[in-house]
Amino acid sequence: MAHDTTLSDAHAEHEHHELPTVFGFWVYLMTDCIIFGSLFAVFAVLRNQFAGGPTGKELFEISGLALETALLLISSITYGFGMIAAHKGQIKSVQMWLAVTFLLGLGFVFLELREFAHMIADGAGPDRSAFLSAFFTLVSTHGLHVSCGLVWLVVMIVQLSGVSAINERMMNKLTMLSLFWHFLDIVWICVFTYVYLASMI
Amino acid sequence: MSNDHSAAHGGSSHGNATSYIIGFVLAVILTAAAFMVVMGHSLSPSATLMAITVLAAIQVVVHLIFFLHMSTTAEQAWNNKVFLFTLGFVAIFFVGTMFIMDNTAAHMMSR
Repeated sequence: MAHDTTLSDAHAEHEHHELPTVFGFWVYLMTDCIIFGSLFAVFAVLRNQFAGGPTGKELFEISGLALETALLLISSITYGFGMIAAHKGQIKSVQMWLAVTFLLGLGFVFLELREFAHMIADGAGPDRSAFLSAFFTLVSTHGLHVSCGLVWLVVMIVQLSGVSAINERMMNKLTMLSLFWHFLDIVWICVFTYVYLASMI
Repeated sequence: MSNDHSAAHGGSSHGNATSYIIGFVLAVILTAAAFMVVMGHSLSPSATLMAITVLAAIQVVVHLIFFLHMSTTAEQAWNNKVFLFTLGFVAIFFVGTMFIMDNTAAHMMSR
């Protein structure tokens, strides 16, 4: 087993320089997956502990949720088009798709913050009940990740404007941001299904 | 062994426009279906929950394949091993948490 590992590692390093970095980032994403898994477990345990406060059915609006979901889903494919352009070496096109992705992500964060603000103004803040504490912790952790992704997108757009060709290092960064962004969309699938839709049944 | 083979096709792992569009269309259909099942109120609550759970599980797999480009090629082997470990880990503590907390609530009559 150990012998086999060393062999294939040496092989990988010889032919694919991007593997160790991207693999390391993949491992980070898996630890992030554990964070979200534990927050989902907390929400699953506390989802009916309303303490006499508002329930999910009373609080959540399906139109706002559909819009947030659509924005994040479309931003996934726009980033995908950015990656295709990157593989073709079209820097301007990559920057354009990344900018579109940024705007869609910004729209998502804006809608989420507006929803939170409305809830808190209506007295349904994170301190109202165990259900709402779990809700705000889980959903805002996802929102925080998306916000970090937005910062990363801006950094990539700026870095790309300073190069004449996309080298391997730049490609690695774009690949890792791609994994990060698509991973957040997967987390959102679980959020809109278990947190929102399951509460509206 | 199969390393040489996959190295030659290393470029295919990042996807192309067709695969992104197929993934996107599938994701849109699955998302819309989940929303419609909940808004339609045509199924019983437990059947609705089951339906959206299945739809979400399928959509996660669609995203993993078409957007994160997971595959069973040799160069992805370690990614897949870490992924499966994480999946097992999360499943154990999620189910374990639910079991323990449910049992505690039942014994303490806190519901």
